[in-house]
Amino acid sequence: MQKGRFEGTERYIATKDLMAAVNAGVTLGRPILIKGEPGTGKTQLAEEVALSLGLPLHQWHIKSTTKAQQGLYEYDAVARLRDSQLGKERVHDIANYIVKGALWEAFDSEVKPVLLIDEIDKADIEFPNDLLRELDRMEFFVYETRELVKATHRPIIIITSNNEKELPDAFLRRCFFHYIQFPDAATMSSIVEVHHPGLKKQLLSEALNAFYQLRDTPGLKKKPSTSELLDWIKLLLAEDVPVEALRGGDSRKALPPFYGALLKNEQDVHLFEQLIFLNRRDAR
Amino acid sequence: MLVKFFFMLREAGLKVTLPEFLTLLDALDAGLAGYSVEEFYYLSRSALVKDETKFDRFDQVFGAHFQGAETLFGEHLDEIPEEWLRRQVELGLSEEEKARIEALGGWDKLMETLRQRLKEQKERHEGGNKWIGTGGTSPFGAYGYNPEGVRIGQQGSRHRRAVKVWDKREFRNLDDSLELGTRNMKVALRRLRKFARQGADYELDLDDTIRSTARNAGMLDIKMVPERHNSVKVLLFLDVGGSMEDHVRVCEELFSAARSEFKQLEYFYFHNCVYEGLWKDNRRRYNQRMPTLDVIHRYSADYKLIFVGDATMSPYEISYPGGSVEHLNEEPGAVWMKRLLNTYPKSVWLNPEPVQRWDYTPSIQMLRELMDQRMFPLTVSGLEEGMRKLL
Repeated sequence: MQKGRFEGTERYIATKDLMAAVNAGVTLGRPILIKGEPGTGKTQLAEEVALSLGLPLHQWHIKSTTKAQQGLYEYDAVARLRDSQLGKERVHDIANYIVKGALWEAFDSEVKPVLLIDEIDKADIEFPNDLLRELDRMEFFVYETRELVKATHRPIIIITSNNEKELPDAFLRRCFFHYIQFPDAATMSSIVEVHHPGLKKQLLSEALNAFYQLRDTPGLKKKPSTSELLDWIKLLLAEDVPVEALRGGDSRKALPPFYGALLKNEQDVHLFEQLIFLNRRDAR
Repeated sequence: MLVKFFFMLREAGLKVTLPEFLTLLDALDAGLAGYSVEEFYYLSRSALVKDETKFDRFDQVFGAHFQGAETLFGEHLDEIPEEWLRRQVELGLSEEEKARIEALGGWDKLMETLRQRLKEQKERHEGGNKWIGTGGTSPFGAYGYNPEGVRIGQQGSRHRRAVKVWDKREFRNLDDSLELGTRNMKVALRRLRKFARQGADYELDLDDTIRSTARNAGMLDIKMVPERHNSVKVLLFLDVGGSMEDHVRVCEELFSAARSEFKQLEYFYFHNCVYEGLWKDNRRRYNQRMPTLDVIHRYSADYKLIFVGDATMSPYEISYPGGSVEHLNEEPGAVWMKRLLNTYPKSVWLNPEPVQRWDYTPSIQMLRELMDQRMFPLTVSGLEEGMRKLL
C-alpha cells in the first residue's frame, strides 16, 4: 500500500470512487462530505480511514440542538460563577473555564488526526455556514482568552449527512463529495465475505438473493440496508439455518427466516405478507 | 481542454464554481488522478458535483466531452454514407411528410445542409434546435420531432464501444428529487419564526439569575429556562387539480419546505375556490371531506392561514351559489373566503401564476380584492414578502 493512501481495510470494502474522493480530501486537506442511504457505512468510513492510515480519530456527533460553537469551545460561565462564590483560586484565570470542543481537540493533535462530524444534517439549517471559516482556514479565535487556535496539522475531516436537510452551497463548495451508492451484488458478496469469512457459497448466494428480492419489493417504507443484511446473516449462522430453508423460503412464497432483522416496520411486514399471499394465489 | 469541460458543465446547468475547478486542478497537480480516465472521472465528480441528483447530468456532460475528445482522433460523423441516411429517411417518413421535405428546398438541399452542419459540429450533442444529436427539434438527429427529420445514430451504433461508467448513467432515477431547491424556500419561511419557551429547563436565564442572586444577598441562585422553539402555527390550504397541474412541482417544494420548517402545520386541499368542504387526502376527496366550519372551529384564530393556488377559474365560481365546477355549492365561494378571513386575520395567498398575468384574469383580481391585496407570487421574494405580512 502506498503511504498515506486509503484503499479500504480488511473489514471495509471501499469502491474505487469512494477511494478517489477520500484520497483527494486527504491529499488536499479538504473536508470530505459523505452522503448515502442509512446503513451503507458512512460513519464507519471515518473509523476505517483512521485505522488504515494509523491516525487518531476524533468524533463529533451532531444533534438537533448542537451549535457550531460547541465544536470549537464553550465557556462554562456557571462553573466560574460558582467558584467565585466559594472563593476558589482558579477563578482568576478564565482559561480554566474554557472547555475544548471536538474541533479544537483535533486542531491540537500532535499528529494529523481524523475528525468525524457525524450527521451534520441533524443540526439547524444555518449550522454548516457557521463552520465555513473554521473548515477553510482550519483556525478560529477564542474571544475570552484572545488566542488564535490554529491546526498544527490539517485534520482529515469526514462529514456525513443523511440528506434530511439541504446543505448551503458555500459549504458544499469547500468539500469533496461522495455519495455511497447501495452496493451491487458483487460488492455485497465481498462485503459479506469480509465480515463472515468462509461462509458457505451457496448460503451466501441464497441469502443475497432473498435480500435483493426483498429490497426490490415496491413500496417498502424502509428498505433493508447492508448493516441489516450483515445482522441477518449473523442470525442465520448462529441458528445454523440450512440452505434449503432459504431456498424454500423464496421470498415470493414465504417470509424468509428471521425476517425481523430485515424488515423493521410493521407496515412493511404487512405489505410483504400481502404480496406473498397474492403470489401464492397466482401460482395456484 | 479542461476549461472547455468546465464551461460545458456550467452550460449544462451545473453550478460549478471557479474555486471548485481550481481544487480539481490542484488535485490533478498532486497526481491524484494517475493516468486513468476512470480515476479522473471519479476525482472530478467528487470535486465538482456536490449533489447526487446532479450526477446524471454530470455523467452526460462527461460522456459528451470525452467522446468529443475521441472524435478528434478521426471518428467523424460525416463518414455516414448517403444511401444509409436516405434509407433511414424513407423508413421513417410517410409520403405526405416526404412531400413536406420539399419545404426545406428538397432532398438535395437537405443533404447539403446536413453535410454543412456535420462539418461545423464536432461533438455529440443533445437538445437544442440546430445541431445534430438526440432529443432536439433540429431536422437532423434522433428522438426529435421535426417531421423533416433525418435519423442519425440510434439504430445500429457504428462504433460500439465498451460501456463506460459515465455512459451507464446509474444515477438516472435520482434526478429531480423533490428536495431540489427547497433550501431557498426554507430560508424564506424562516422569517415566520416566533420563538417561545416550552418544555424542560435547559438554558441559563442570565437576567433572572442576576436578579435572584442579588435578592439572595449575593449568594448564587441559578435560574434555568426552557429552550426556545418556533411556536408559529400554520394552516396551509392548497389548490389541487385542473390548472394547478402546471405548478405541481413548485407547490410540492413549498409543501416539503413548510413541513420541515413548522412543527405545527395543518394542511387541507381545495379545488379552485374554498367552499363548505376541504379534504386531506386527494384519493379520498369525495368521501372524506371535512366541513370547512369544523376547520374554523377546531383551529384557533392565532393560526396563520396560507392559501396556495393559481386563483384562475371562472368568476362565477367565486361569486355565485352553484358556481363550483365540481358540485352544487349552496353559498358562493366568496362567502366562505370571507368567513375564513374573518376568523384568521393573518392570512396570505401565494399564487404560482406569474405576476404579469394577474391583471388579465378576472378571478385573480376578485380574490386579490377579497384578500385585501395580500396575494403574492410563489417565488422566493414573494414568499419573503408574504411572510412579513403574516408576522
